[in-house]
Amino acid sequence: MFQNIGEMVILFWRTLLALPQTWRQRQKVFDQFFEIGNASLLMVCILSFFIGGVIALQTGPVLVERGLASAVGGVVGIAICKELAPVMMSILIAGRIGSAMAAEIGSMRVYQEIDALRTMNINPITYLVLPRLVAIAVALPLLVIFSILVGWLGGALVSVANTRIDIPFESFFTTLDDVVALKDVVNGVFKSFIFALVVGTVCCHQGLITRGGPRGIGRSVTKAVVNSIVLIVLFDYILTRILLR
Amino acid sequence: MNQANSNLHGVGVQVRGLQKSFGGQRVLKGLDFDVQPGEIFVIMGPSGSGKSVLLKHLVGLEEPDAGDILIQGESIRSGDVLSKYRLAMVFQSGGLLNSLTVGENVGLYLSEHRLKPPEEIARIVNEKLEVVGLAGTQEKMPSELSGGMRKRAAIARALVIEPQLILYDEPTSELDPLSAVIIAEEIVSLNQRTGVTSLVVSHDRELAFGVADRVAVIHEGRILTIGTPEQVRQCAEPLVREFLSAGFKRNSS
Repeated sequence: MFQNIGEMVILFWRTLLALPQTWRQRQKVFDQFFEIGNASLLMVCILSFFIGGVIALQTGPVLVERGLASAVGGVVGIAICKELAPVMMSILIAGRIGSAMAAEIGSMRVYQEIDALRTMNINPITYLVLPRLVAIAVALPLLVIFSILVGWLGGALVSVANTRIDIPFESFFTTLDDVVALKDVVNGVFKSFIFALVVGTVCCHQGLITRGGPRGIGRSVTKAVVNSIVLIVLFDYILTRILLR
Repeated sequence: MNQANSNLHGVGVQVRGLQKSFGGQRVLKGLDFDVQPGEIFVIMGPSGSGKSVLLKHLVGLEEPDAGDILIQGESIRSGDVLSKYRLAMVFQSGGLLNSLTVGENVGLYLSEHRLKPPEEIARIVNEKLEVVGLAGTQEKMPSELSGGMRKRAAIARALVIEPQLILYDEPTSELDPLSAVIIAEEIVSLNQRTGVTSLVVSHDRELAFGVADRVAVIHEGRILTIGTPEQVRQCAEPLVREFLSAGFKRNSS
């Protein structure tokens, strides 16, 4: 485990050192960015809408019964922007995009494509890891902003439609605006940026250390997704502690 | 040795006491041999004898536990010797990037290192694909090619580098006899045209004796014999004789 962590830190550091090459790799960054958006946008939309709705459904009646109807918008707003959108979207992207990264790089490793790159003096970190890491680091925070907006909309619509909550649409957003500050949204988006780096590094690393044939690729994909989720939750706690200060 | 050796385009390789183990299993047990500039040197041996591992050491994909490899007298461990000389490797599977077209694969070295403008790269790619008999396949994906065509495309990719040393890992494995002959002819004609040093790893005896200037037979990480094809054929070493004469005979009883 410690060897893996060390290798991931080195991989991340080498990718940072390769950042000046990003402009040269812009086409690959754009391709990856498009892939992430194209593959995830609909799922992000559905997931965020219903997460917002469920939070409203769970908290709304309890708050309304206690005469705290004005807090519903704030509770839903804070829960989504500070916690649920960044964590849930990062887990979704780990499963949807991280697995694909690990599988593609793992397959290239197994079928000697990465060896072929090395013999041509093409650095696999610059060619494969850098575009993926840059694309996910840009795409995930954008998806999280989109997710926050859709989640709030879901919460608002459920609050309007559910008879046990029954809060007007404008009133929901007025109370949300009173409670949620821009800083809260920025915190959530910042967390997603860190999670994106975690998912990108973990999944690319798992791909690069793939051994064996198709079974090895399968193992790498599973490990990439599981390790990403564990690290997302761990980093979530650490970042929340830091950002709460 | 081939005629093109006079222009000394290829580089000489010296392998000194090369040792490598994986998980306690010794794969290379102290290999020593020289490859002359412009020579076609074939390393033969049964599967699992360490041939492919040796090739990976030559292009820096593996680090030796002990020993050294010298290119034109310079150790590949020192500085940027591997980038100073133009080396290319044709992998057993071809090693083509499956996400790129054949044309993009062949031109990858030039495009990634920004050595030529795109129009010039396209021209060179067409030219190299024509040389290996794959004209018109630029837009195809590697998955649309047969095994022999993939290997020829890999050779075209190697040619783009204008290599001084080209390494072939089992170039005729998984190929039908006709495709194997085409690949063998390609290895020889490339060597004659450019004087490139060629190091071929194979267990294909016909290929080895057909193309080689010199042959080494390797067994369990040790070299059993080195010499011209004729000298190796005459070798009295029992393991060499066994390897060279191995053949299946159906028992009629």
